[in-house]
Amino acid sequence: MSLHMTEIVIFTVLFVAVSGMGFVAARWRRPTDLASLHEWGLGGRNFGSWITWFLIGGDLYTAYTFVAVPALLFGAGAAGFFAVPYTVITYPIVFLVMIRLWSVSHVHRLVTPADFVRARFGSPTLALLVAITGIVATMPYIALQLIGIEAVLKTMGVAGSGLLSDLPLIVAFVILAAYTYRSGLRAPALIAFVKDILIYLVILVAIIYIPARLGGWGAVFDGAQAKFAATPAPNDGILLNANNQLQYVTLALGSALALFLYPHSVTGVLASRNRDVIKRNMSALPAYSLLLALIALLGYMAISAGVKPIGKDVNTVVPQLFDQMFPDWFAGIAFAAVGIGALVPAAIMSIAAANLFTRNIYREYVNRTPTDAQEANVSKVTSLVVKIGAVLFILLIDPQFSIDLQLIGGVMILQTLPSVALGLFTRWFHRAGLIAGWAAGMGGGLLMLYGITNPATNHAHFGGSAFPLANLGLDTKITVYAGFLALLLNLLVAVIGTLVARAAKAPDGADATRPGDYTADEGDPRVRDVDLSGAT
Amino acid sequence: MTTREPGQTRSDRSPWNWLLVLPIVLPLLTFLFNADEPRLLGFPLFYWLQIAFIAVGVACTTIVYRMTR
Repeated sequence: MSLHMTEIVIFTVLFVAVSGMGFVAARWRRPTDLASLHEWGLGGRNFGSWITWFLIGGDLYTAYTFVAVPALLFGAGAAGFFAVPYTVITYPIVFLVMIRLWSVSHVHRLVTPADFVRARFGSPTLALLVAITGIVATMPYIALQLIGIEAVLKTMGVAGSGLLSDLPLIVAFVILAAYTYRSGLRAPALIAFVKDILIYLVILVAIIYIPARLGGWGAVFDGAQAKFAATPAPNDGILLNANNQLQYVTLALGSALALFLYPHSVTGVLASRNRDVIKRNMSALPAYSLLLALIALLGYMAISAGVKPIGKDVNTVVPQLFDQMFPDWFAGIAFAAVGIGALVPAAIMSIAAANLFTRNIYREYVNRTPTDAQEANVSKVTSLVVKIGAVLFILLIDPQFSIDLQLIGGVMILQTLPSVALGLFTRWFHRAGLIAGWAAGMGGGLLMLYGITNPATNHAHFGGSAFPLANLGLDTKITVYAGFLALLLNLLVAVIGTLVARAAKAPDGADATRPGDYTADEGDPRVRDVDLSGAT
Repeated sequence: MTTREPGQTRSDRSPWNWLLVLPIVLPLLTFLFNADEPRLLGFPLFYWLQIAFIAVGVACTTIVYRMTR
């Protein structure tokens, strides 16, 4: 038990210090009144380039990423490296998209992606679908952050079995819930600085120190190749093969398209001060991708170092590697980096989900004319509920289940692309077509995921995102990312549905936005709380 | 930040935007990098070239940002 005392002490000290920052954050860049969603939920909509960089970076590159991506490489090899092309292509893809979303949200004081859909297509139903999709996709994502913390706690020997073993995890989340409730988006924005400095420090040391101890990078890759060659699995190895290349590409592309549809990414973008901040960040954020690439390779280092995961939990390989390779005090810092790395995205995600509930469910169906303070209060309480839900998820349900759900969440969030992302550029689609497309993509996507088996994890259904084309009756071993196929289906149905709706002269919703709204910038006139309730 | 005269509309259109296509397409062409040799500092091509694409991404987005400011 006391084997890990140094690590536990350092972890605890850093964790507590950062939590203190979370509470103090309420006073940071203090507004006259914190009681509105623009302040509590979007930090005053006034963050500059640096804060935004740390905030979005801390938001997208989560603790779970740091733990799960190397675990993927550890288990499957090259296929897990998709995270790198994924985070390279996402920024040029959304470069021109996010500035339009920022502008229209700025003019119309929108807070969530569903708000935009409501204003653009005048359809409460479509907005509700987008909101629910966002909430459902975000929930398991928050739970995954807990898995990141849990992996660290397990390695330090403070979690594992017995009722009390979950206590540290619960304590960590209660602290998180308390300061998010108090400070809103300002808390993760401030903590993100510390988180990133710690992570950069740990990874820089790791990529120099660990390969040196293992005989250099060449030896690390060769060791990994030797391990994969010895396993019977057909699709592992340090290179791709003929059957999983298309999966690699479609997964990278699909994930890149999905990333900025997640409500928490949108929250980070809308919190920035002006368009320039966003554009500058789209070119500066890939610095994190470099970090991610190096982190991913920790998986191969773990292979060469002969790391064994705790139990069957492959997410523990990175903490185990640190524990094995680093002196105790530095391992403690590394664990704190992962733990704190979980707090930032978990806070932003819960805020984003809470905002969706407040703006697109509470405001639409419960209280149509809430005051700013009422909105902020509903969001604060909802953010607590969301976090309690995430903790229960982890405690009561097999963690593997939330990993599956997160996978499903990625496929689901992708189905909001036609209404949110394409909606920013064209009003061609009819709301009925978009709703039909959403339903088709969602149904088709879930059906495909249901049919994917995975003998390695003993799954008869929901065994991964690689959909074998053989399931469609094609004579091939090639696999494709299920979300990508679902999106194609969605688009197809949305187009046909739009044509049918137009032909049938079905009434379309009103568009509350004007072309100029999509290029507006800081200082341009705003519309006060528009027409979110005007159109039907 | 540019200020705008009343009535004048800003536009996001620019030929420079086409440069964004490069970092989107390159990482998706697996035949470019799905090989072990040549290695660089011990890294197989698969890894170092994809890491190099990060630099391409940064360069392209930075150029577009600067030129359309």
